[in-house]
Amino acid sequence: MPIPNIPVERSFDPQDTQYDAIVIGAGMSGMAAAIRLGMFDKKVLLLEKHIISGGLNSYYSRSKIPFDVGLHALTNFAQKKERRRPLTKLLKQLRIPYEEFKLTEQFKSQIHFPEVKLGFTNDIDYFIQEIENHFPHEKDNFLKLLEDIKGFNEVALDNPYQSAKEKLAQFIRDPLLQEMILCPLLIYGSAWEMDMDYSQFVIMFKSIYLEGFGRPEGGVRTIIQALINKMKEANVEVCYRNGVSEIIVDNNQVKGVITSRGQTITAPLILSSAGLPETLGLIPTETKTSTSPTPKTGKMSFTEAIYITKKKPQLYGNDQTIVFYNNSEKYNYRCPDQFIDPQSAVLCFPNNFKYQNNHQGPFADDFDQGVLRITMMANYDKWNEAKSIGREFYLSEKEKVNQKSLELLSRHLPHFDPSEITFKDIFTPTTVERYTGHFGGCVYGSPDKTRDGSTAYKGLVICGTDQGFLGIIGSMLSGISMANLYGLMGQQ
Amino acid sequence: MEQAEVRQKVLDIIEDVALDEDLSNLDDSVALRDQLDLDSMDFLDIVMELKKRHKIEVPQEDYPQLATMDSCVTYLTPKFNQ
Ligand SMILES: Cc1cc2nc3c(=O)[nH]c(=O)nc-3n(C[C@H](O)[C@H](O)[C@H](O)COP(=O)(O)OP(=O)(O)OC[C@H]3O[C@@H](n4cnc5c(N)ncnc54)[C@H](O)[C@@H]3O)c2cc1C
Repeated sequence: MPIPNIPVERSFDPQDTQYDAIVIGAGMSGMAAAIRLGMFDKKVLLLEKHIISGGLNSYYSRSKIPFDVGLHALTNFAQKKERRRPLTKLLKQLRIPYEEFKLTEQFKSQIHFPEVKLGFTNDIDYFIQEIENHFPHEKDNFLKLLEDIKGFNEVALDNPYQSAKEKLAQFIRDPLLQEMILCPLLIYGSAWEMDMDYSQFVIMFKSIYLEGFGRPEGGVRTIIQALINKMKEANVEVCYRNGVSEIIVDNNQVKGVITSRGQTITAPLILSSAGLPETLGLIPTETKTSTSPTPKTGKMSFTEAIYITKKKPQLYGNDQTIVFYNNSEKYNYRCPDQFIDPQSAVLCFPNNFKYQNNHQGPFADDFDQGVLRITMMANYDKWNEAKSIGREFYLSEKEKVNQKSLELLSRHLPHFDPSEITFKDIFTPTTVERYTGHFGGCVYGSPDKTRDGSTAYKGLVICGTDQGFLGIIGSMLSGISMANLYGLMGQQ
Repeated sequence: MEQAEVRQKVLDIIEDVALDEDLSNLDDSVALRDQLDLDSMDFLDIVMELKKRHKIEVPQEDYPQLATMDSCVTYLTPKFNQ
């Protein structure tokens, strides 16, 4: 099925110089925030420095093949009308009908360690059964952990930091099981190395193990198009290729911005999705009044290799949706010393979802071919250095990522034939930085989050990743909550 | 404006706010929250819609007045008639 293209927008310059609110960044959180404000007649300007929307989860085409930048799977899957689910809340708040996201569920995924492989689906009972099979003595402990997680208010804006590893060890005795439970949650959302905040752990646990994975048919474009339509309806003015180069602050109060195209635009409220250190970096030093230390730049970035193959992964012998692979008993979630850490990876096969609409045939899905994606932890500094050494060196390092990824594919797809690769693309931490502006190409933001979105400056609010909710669904909810709190309820 | 009309206006709003809910069996004397999947975010929307569509302001301390359909109607009718 052809994936519909999103028409390129061509407005660059704002029509006016005064707004009720300016939103920085047309990623998931920025678009959601702008829709909420626009829905209730606020005059909103959304400034995006890139030529298209989506941010960390955008899209592109190479050789006429449509690619998604991020999207492995949408976490927080929910059925239509399922109550109190983040997805249901978000759709309601944005008034988007459930059907519009065209969600399909995963087949099953796997946490793949040398001695043990644990499968999980969107049904937690399956995971419980898997744990019982492989760790019989831990089943009751896991059930107790589940109780704690279900009763925990992870979205309270004032939860103090608590180590997820320490908390997990209070329930689960076997270190291997601790590591295995943590693995997908870390790599799908931790800004901290080796551990994560327990609130974040609970958010991720619910979104992956309790709610599960889905995929919008048509990929991330389906979601972006739904958001663009809503922005039109809500009269949000969006300007592309026009980033914010300075945030104007006077006496601790935000006044407006100067855009990269040189206009001065005023507004009493600025919601920024650019990241916390990135946003504070837009305030000129002489007007900075806060003496608190600069928030740290996140260290976690990734490479991703994407292959288009003649056959689909099931024919190569793998029907998993996502494989969280780790080559030792311990999971080292951290920025590697080398360019990449090939000891662990995420393998994603977007063909392996339960596609329903408009597809025919035995492996009917979005794609005419197979799509194989391999993500590995990577060191931004190394890649950045490689870039400055020269293109040839950078490309030779990329080739090493290719080789490691192919090795992994051969291991996980018994009938894989590399000669059937028709196209490949590899992106690195410097690619992420170039297209999203996130310092260090970091994907999960700064380890210093501002849970209530506030900054030291009145009227300047952080939404998205650095407010603490991330992933596609999380970041949209963040944009919604921050717009509600600061733009509609009139706080601050 | 009659109470029945006010009720309909509130119902129209809830219909839009709670997109996928079935409102045909609503019990007017029971808390809306207990019958529908409405949380504080949705109540904010009801308040915002009252302002947008009918220029009616509901200050935050009055939010509890919107708990049931009956209490909504009692609280809002004088406001619609101002
Ligand atoms: C490889 C990869 C795979 C991923 N896989 C998944 C997945 O499978 N499932 C999932 O749920 N999530 C996934 N994510 C995470 C998800 O994409 C992000 O958590 C989410 O998109 C973050 O949205 P955001 O709005 O917070 O930030 P961003 O998407 O970073 O949005 C920020 C926007 O601000 C713009 N900007 C920055 N600076 C300026 C400026 N000065 N002026 C104007 N604009 C500016 C940027 O261009 C960008 O568009 C993945 C991410 C990556 C990179």
